[in-house]
Formats: sequence, structure tokens, C-alpha cells
Amino acid sequence: MTAVLEQLLNGAQFGVMLFLMAAGLTLIFGIMNLINLAHGSLYMAGAYVAAATFAAFGSFLLALLAALAAAVALGAAIEIVVFRTLYDREHLDQVLATFGLILFFNELVRMIWGATALYMQVPAFLAGHVELLSGSPYPTYRLAVIGAGLAVALLLHLLIARTRIGMLIRAGASNRAMVDALGVNVTLLYTLVFALGAALAAFAGAMAGPIFTVESGMGESVLILAFVVIVIGGIGSLRGAFVAALLVGIVDAMGRAFLRPLLASFMSHAAADNAGPALASMLIYILMAAILLIRPQGLFPPRGR
Amino acid sequence: MKSTIAVAAALSLLVAPAFAEQSVKIGFVTTLSGPAGVIGKHMKDASTLALEMLGGKIGGLPATIVYGDDQFKPDVGRQISEEMLQRDKVDFMTGFIWSNVLLASYQPIIRSGVILIGANAGPHELAGAMCAPNYFSASWQNDQTPEAMGKFMNDQKMNDVYLIAPDYAAGKDMVNGFKRYFKGKVAAEVYTKPGQSDYQVEISQIRQAAPKALFIFLPGGMGIQFVKQYAQSGLRDQIPLYSAFTVDETTLPAIGDAAAGNYEVSFWSPDLDNPRNRQFVAAFRAKYHYMPSYYAAQSFDAINMIDAAVTAVKGNLADKQGMIAAIDKADFPSVRGAFKYGPNHFPIENFYLLKIVKDADGEYVRKIQSTIFADHADAYASECKMK
Amino acid sequence: MSVARRSLVIGVSLAALAITPAIALAAGEPFYVTLLTRIMIFAIAALSLDLILGYGGMVSFGHAAYLGIGAYAVGILAFYGITSGPLQFAVAILASAAAAAMIGAVSLRTSGVYFIMITLAFAQMLYFLAESLNIYGGDDGLNIAQPSDFGRLVDLGDPPTLYYVVLAVLLVLLLLSRQLINSRFGLLVQGVKSNERRMAALGFPTFRYKLVAFILSGTICGLAGALFANLTLFCSPSIMHWTRSGEIMMMVILGGMGSLFGPVLGAALYLLLETVLSGATEHWQAILGPLLVLVVLFSRSGFFGMLIGERTARGRADG
Repeated sequence: MTAVLEQLLNGAQFGVMLFLMAAGLTLIFGIMNLINLAHGSLYMAGAYVAAATFAAFGSFLLALLAALAAAVALGAAIEIVVFRTLYDREHLDQVLATFGLILFFNELVRMIWGATALYMQVPAFLAGHVELLSGSPYPTYRLAVIGAGLAVALLLHLLIARTRIGMLIRAGASNRAMVDALGVNVTLLYTLVFALGAALAAFAGAMAGPIFTVESGMGESVLILAFVVIVIGGIGSLRGAFVAALLVGIVDAMGRAFLRPLLASFMSHAAADNAGPALASMLIYILMAAILLIRPQGLFPPRGR
Repeated sequence: MKSTIAVAAALSLLVAPAFAEQSVKIGFVTTLSGPAGVIGKHMKDASTLALEMLGGKIGGLPATIVYGDDQFKPDVGRQISEEMLQRDKVDFMTGFIWSNVLLASYQPIIRSGVILIGANAGPHELAGAMCAPNYFSASWQNDQTPEAMGKFMNDQKMNDVYLIAPDYAAGKDMVNGFKRYFKGKVAAEVYTKPGQSDYQVEISQIRQAAPKALFIFLPGGMGIQFVKQYAQSGLRDQIPLYSAFTVDETTLPAIGDAAAGNYEVSFWSPDLDNPRNRQFVAAFRAKYHYMPSYYAAQSFDAINMIDAAVTAVKGNLADKQGMIAAIDKADFPSVRGAFKYGPNHFPIENFYLLKIVKDADGEYVRKIQSTIFADHADAYASECKMK
Repeated sequence: MSVARRSLVIGVSLAALAITPAIALAAGEPFYVTLLTRIMIFAIAALSLDLILGYGGMVSFGHAAYLGIGAYAVGILAFYGITSGPLQFAVAILASAAAAAMIGAVSLRTSGVYFIMITLAFAQMLYFLAESLNIYGGDDGLNIAQPSDFGRLVDLGDPPTLYYVVLAVLLVLLLLSRQLINSRFGLLVQGVKSNERRMAALGFPTFRYKLVAFILSGTICGLAGALFANLTLFCSPSIMHWTRSGEIMMMVILGGMGSLFGPVLGAALYLLLETVLSGATEHWQAILGPLLVLVVLFSRSGFFGMLIGERTARGRADG
């Protein structure tokens, strides 16, 4: 039982990180109708800046702030230089242009920080572990990640549902022309939304630093999964992103841990050794395909556009 | 327009001088990017130093080393090897950190007749059925190092050991080597994804299994992540960690305290006491200001081996047989001390038990504790049908 | 005017391709024969993608999967000692067709970004499958002992022979594609790209047309995969990674989407740039990336379009 609990927590931790990425993506896509493959690069930028700042100054808080600031600046820059032209283009153009951006940013971090990976230590105040049930310590840092992710999710919900900016964002998603006609600066609104998405991605990257290796191209694998999450959750829906992210995270963790032993109970060990990891890595995609077949718009498609 | 450029490019090749001054080109395939890039750095630095100490000359001829980055991918490694053979027309190939990259690149190199000196990976296939006259190992056969750890843990009468290795050619060799000499109970054999960085799932499983000891093979960035996460999990004091190729000079700077007191095994250590090694370590530290690893030591030896070969044939690079015979004599000053080659072109050498301790400067280093094997040959020599 | 220029560009390119092996071998540089063979194989893959992307408007981000299926068909059969060329290629083609049929049947029910995602997902699934099949090497890849055996017909182990075989296949496919595009079927598929609702309203079974085009495209790409296996004598899961699909798409765009010869030039441009730039500087991707962005933003007709002096209208397709 403790094994299951531990894997659930692992899944939840991975899930909230996916949510941070997916939230930004779904906002940007849902509101601005923009597919941004370079979202992973913002995650990577956050991780690199956080790791470098932490190594230089030893303060985790400073590292987080630096990462957020860098991402917001970078996001705004990309938005103004590249995306303003892309809003009116077909999705294919957006996919290709942002794919080119990925190549550029991957190389850029190599040029700035070198090709070998950066390592980020877990900050001292979050090191160690917490006894959840007796005899079952769980790393404090990972619990902190789960907590931080949930906090951000709550803040985001409050922002979108309860503030004026949030109302403008929702209105802009429904009918951009009308909002524009009412005198709201839609261009500025879009830039703000993009900056928000970038900040979320960078936050995820900074938190991921101590867990994953900070290396060029680290954004790609998370990006694909983030897209899977928003497709499952329903594009443009924050609630969908949240549910789908946790679902994906938990399914992944459980699959990696329990599929092989499960298969071994009725297959030969050698076959299970092959089939287990294979199925585990394909599980998420099978899940996505299955959900799309039943509900092609995702689990929580946002009402009206 | 572009097709004109292509034609012009092709034609311009005819104009290039066909016979430059006789020189030696060495192709060096290693990993320069990603978390394993630190290993490539050690190898590149060591080989550069070796060439420098030889005055930039191999066997008296001016020499260059062409470096290629395999990105830890077998298909990329194979492609670069073929490019080095065809486009750069190298006279020797060396390097190769990873067994899977080496195995993928092996056939084209051997077929071309160019002499290949493996500076790290030593998959059992190449020690056995796939041995070739123009292939030599400057390092070891994969199984040998874990064999030493297996013998040590067996002699200590340990039982219930949990094994972890990445799921690729070398990973399996390591586990096999360990089990060849360790006759106690193996709690589990777990193969992880090569390049994996998050080991929370595996650490949770270890906690469930509650073995008496843990033996791992996780080179490069994989080991750094695992050892750090393992220390964070609090299991380190209950289940001691033993490893091979995991906690070494490439990973210690990043792992730090998390590895204090761990045991490792190797055929070499910076504190190995012979004149050549003292010279190498001092020169390396003076030039690069960090401690060389066995990856560096092996690369250093590989370049010197090539130099000995070319010197023996007096610069006649066409005399492959002569060069092969020269290398086989192992008649050059090696950082590991004197050693011989087995019939399958793998070294017969010593293996030592190492411990991670703090040195006089407060840095963590590996120090030799005892000799586990003296003049140890690999287990596959009989499968090689050469000679 | 434009027709003459177009013929000139195509003619010169093909002529250059035809004589290069002779020149390269005379100069003692067999490397270029291998390089150009690789370029032509990717040109075939890019051409197959352009058929559904440029002409059909289907953004398949998982085309590398078919390259992989074709390559592994050759590799796996060789692993079991079945080296007959005709058999290997037949399996490669049939397997790719079957896979494309299954993937297309599911994916084409969606559209827009969902279609992109689901084709990508299927490619990733196949990638992970190949990675975990340890018996066929898994992540380490699979060595192929010898090229496909076509008996006395051709020896694919001889680089110049393989080169000319690939060139011949490319030429045949270019001609067949032109027939296809100008046929009733081809016009209908282009009509679907232009306005699917209108085509459906006119009574055409749009799903069926898209699926057939999708299957044809996947099959051709599988053929490229089988040729690739013969070139490298090695297959590994990385051939199916989604970034490889992105590269093929880049070749189509760089060369000129919606033209037949564009992808050929695009493949050449991309791979030559990669070879030249990576020799010049290790940071070549920092140049290639922005280049792609610029091409996408400012010139849909790509390099081929620039050469023949053409600019396609940059409009926004519906939906």
C-alpha cells in the first residue's frame, strides 16, 4: 500500500509540473489561437537561469525570481518579434516557425552555458524527507513541488475567474473583435497572456532543476507531454489541463512502476521485461487516442469561442 | 543556382592538393554534449595533452586529432565514424565511451582496415566472437570491473544485493560480470532507461525490496542524479551503496558529500604509484586544474599507443601489420604500469578496490585500498578465434 | 517564362545529380556519393510528405514513423536471415501502407491541431515500441549484415549502384506524382485542402480521398525507409523520433511546399547546410533555426519558388 501511495505522489509531482507547462500552453492556444512549440524552450530557459543563479548566489528564492524575470522578458521579446506576425497565419506556419525557434534556443543555451549539463542542488531548507506513513519517508522537495504547483493552480483560477484582467482574458478568448471594439488594448492583452504563460513554464523549469538534468533540449520531452495533456483536457480549458495533467502524471508513474510486475504475473519474465517498459512508455499516447475517439474535443472543452 | 554550386564544389575538390605532407590523422569519437559531455571533456583534454607532450607529433610525423560528438546515440556515432573514414580519411580511430555506440560503429571501421583503439567501452562481443586484428582495447573488457566488485562483495560474505544498470549493452555486461564472481543472493536486477534522470520510482522500489546492499552501474549524468537522489531519500545509511564507473572523477564534483565513504572498483586511480602515472596526473592537473579520471587515463594511453605503433614502423603508415604487431607488444609507458595484451587484444591487468575519501585539500577523491585482482584476464578470450 | 526557368532549374539539378558519382569517385572522394544518396532518400521522404501537406493540407507531424517502418522491415527480416530484396521491399511497402491506413483512419477523423497532435502521438508510440524491443536492439539499434539482395539485377552494396537506383526511384516518383497531382484524384484532394465543406457539399467522399492520399504518402515514405536501411546498414529508433518528422517538414518548407521539385531542393539544401555548417561551426543550429523562421514568415514558396521567380499568394486557409 505504501508503494502505491509513493507512486501516487510521484505521479502527482510529475503531474503538477505538467500542469504548469500545460496551463501556459492552453491559455495561449485557447485565447490567441497560437500553437507555440517553443514553450519548451521557455521551460529550459527557466531551468538554466535558475540553476546558474543558484550556483552563483546560493539563494533558491533569488533563483526562482531570476528565472521568472528571464522568462517574462524572453517571452515578451519573442511575442513582439515573431508571434505578432504569426497570429494571422495557419497553424502549420506557427508549428514550423516555432520549431525553428526551438533549434535556435537549444543552440543558444549551448553557446552561453556550454554543452555539458548544469546541476542544481536541492536547496538546503527543502532537503531531507518527511515521514508520511511510518517507515515511508518521501523527499521534502518533491512535496514542496506538489504544494507549489497546487498553489499556482489556485492562484491562476482566482486570476481568471475573479479579477478584471481574468475577465478580459476570457472575453478576448470569446470574441477578440468585440473586446477590441470596446476599446481594450488587445495587443497588450495578448502580450500579457503570453508573458504569463512564459512565467508558468519558467517556474516549472526552475522547480525541475534539482530533479532533472538541466541540459540543452530538455524542454522537448515535457513539451510533447504538455500537448498531450491539453489535448486530453480540452484546448483552452484550465480545469481540463489540471485534471488531464494529474491523470497523465499518475498514469505514467503507475505504469512505469507496476506494469512489468503485473505482466510478469501471467507472462514469462523475459516477455514482461520487454513488454512492460514498452507499454509503460506508450500508455499515455494510448490514453490520449482513446479519449479522443470517445470525446474528440477533450474532457472539458471550453464553452463557446 | 544551387545545383551549379554543387557542381562547382565537386570540381573544386579536384583542384585540392592530392598529396599533402605525410601526416597522421586520428579520429576521436566521444560525447561532447548533454550530461555525459563531462566524460568527453576528460577524454578530449587528456588526448590533447598526450599529443602536446609528444610535441604535436605521432611517430615523428605531424599529427592532428579530429573530434566527433556522438551525442550518446549509436546512429550518430556510426555516421560520424563513417564520415571520419571517408571524408577525413583518418589513419586511426579511437575514443568511444559507450558500448552501444562502439558496436554500431565497429563494422565499417574494421572493414576499412583502419586500426581502432577503444579508449573506454569494452563490450564482450568484441572480446569474443567479433574480435579483429585491427581492434585493440586501451581500457578493459566491460565485465572485468564489476567482476572485481563481485569478488570483493563475495569475499565479504554479503548477501541479498540489489542491482541497477542502464538498459544497454554495457549495462548487461556489468550485471553479468558481477554475477560471475558474486555467488550470494541477488535481490533484483533492474534495468533503467539510458539517460534517465529521475530515479524516484526506482528508489521507491528499492525501499520496498529492502535489500542488504545496492550495487549500481550508472555512468555520467545518470550516476550523478541517482546518487544525489538516493542520498536525499535517506536510504543511504540503511542500504550501503557500491558502484562501478559511477562515482568517479567526472561525477564527484557534482555529487560531493552524497558519496562519502562509498566503495568503487577500477584498474586505475590517480594515486596509482608508478613514474608514468605521477607524470601524467601532475601534467594534467597543472594544465587543466582538475583531477583526471580513468576516461582521461585511457585516452592518454591510447594516443601513446598509436605513437608507439607509428614509431615502430618508422612512419610507414601503410604497414598495418607492423603497427598491429607493435601495439600487441604493449611496449610503451602506460599509466597503469606494465601490462600485457591477451590473445583477443584486451589488456591483462590489475583491479583495485577504491574508497571515496576527502584528501588534504578537502576535495573528494578515490583512493586505492587494496588489490582485488592481479593480472586479471577477461572471460571471453577463448571465444576469440584470432591467431 | 516561368516554365522555361522551372525546366532549367530542374534539368540542371538532375544533370548534376547524374554526373556527380563519376566526378566524386574520380577525385577519390566517395563521401559525396554517400552524402548525395542520403539527400535523395530524404528527398523522397519529403516528396511524400509534400503530397499530403502541400497539396492536401494535412499537417502530418509523424511522417518519420514510416521511414522507420520501412527501415526496420528490412532490418528485422535481415535479422532472421531473410535477405531477399524483393521480399524485404515488398514487406516494407505493405507494412507502411497498413500502418498509414490504420493511423489515417483514426487521425483523419480529427482536424487542425488535434490532427497534428495525434499523428505526432502515433509516431512517438512507434518510436517507444522500437526502443523497447530489445530483441531487435532496442535503443542500441540493429546492425544489418548485408544490403537487400536483388541477385544479378543490381548490387545495392556498391555505393554508385545504390546511388543510381535511388536516383531512378526518385525520378519515377516525381513523374508519377505529377500524374497524380494532375489527375482527377489529385485535383479532388487539392479541392479538399482549399475548402473541405464545399467539396463535401458537392457530394465527394472527402474522408476517403484524404485517407487514400495519406496511405500513398506513407507508403512512399516507407520505400524511402527501406532504401535508407540499405544505405546505412543500420536502423535505430531515432529514425522515428518526432524531431525527425520536423526535419522532413522543414525540408518541404525550405524547398517550397506545394511544388513537386521543391522538396527535392529542400532536402538537398537542409542536408548540405547541415554538413557544411557543422563543419564550419558547432553552433550551426543557431543559424538554421532563424533561417527556417524567416522562410516560414516571408516565403511560402521556398527556395524553389525563389529560383523560378514565383511567389504564391499568402492567404489564410479556412479552419
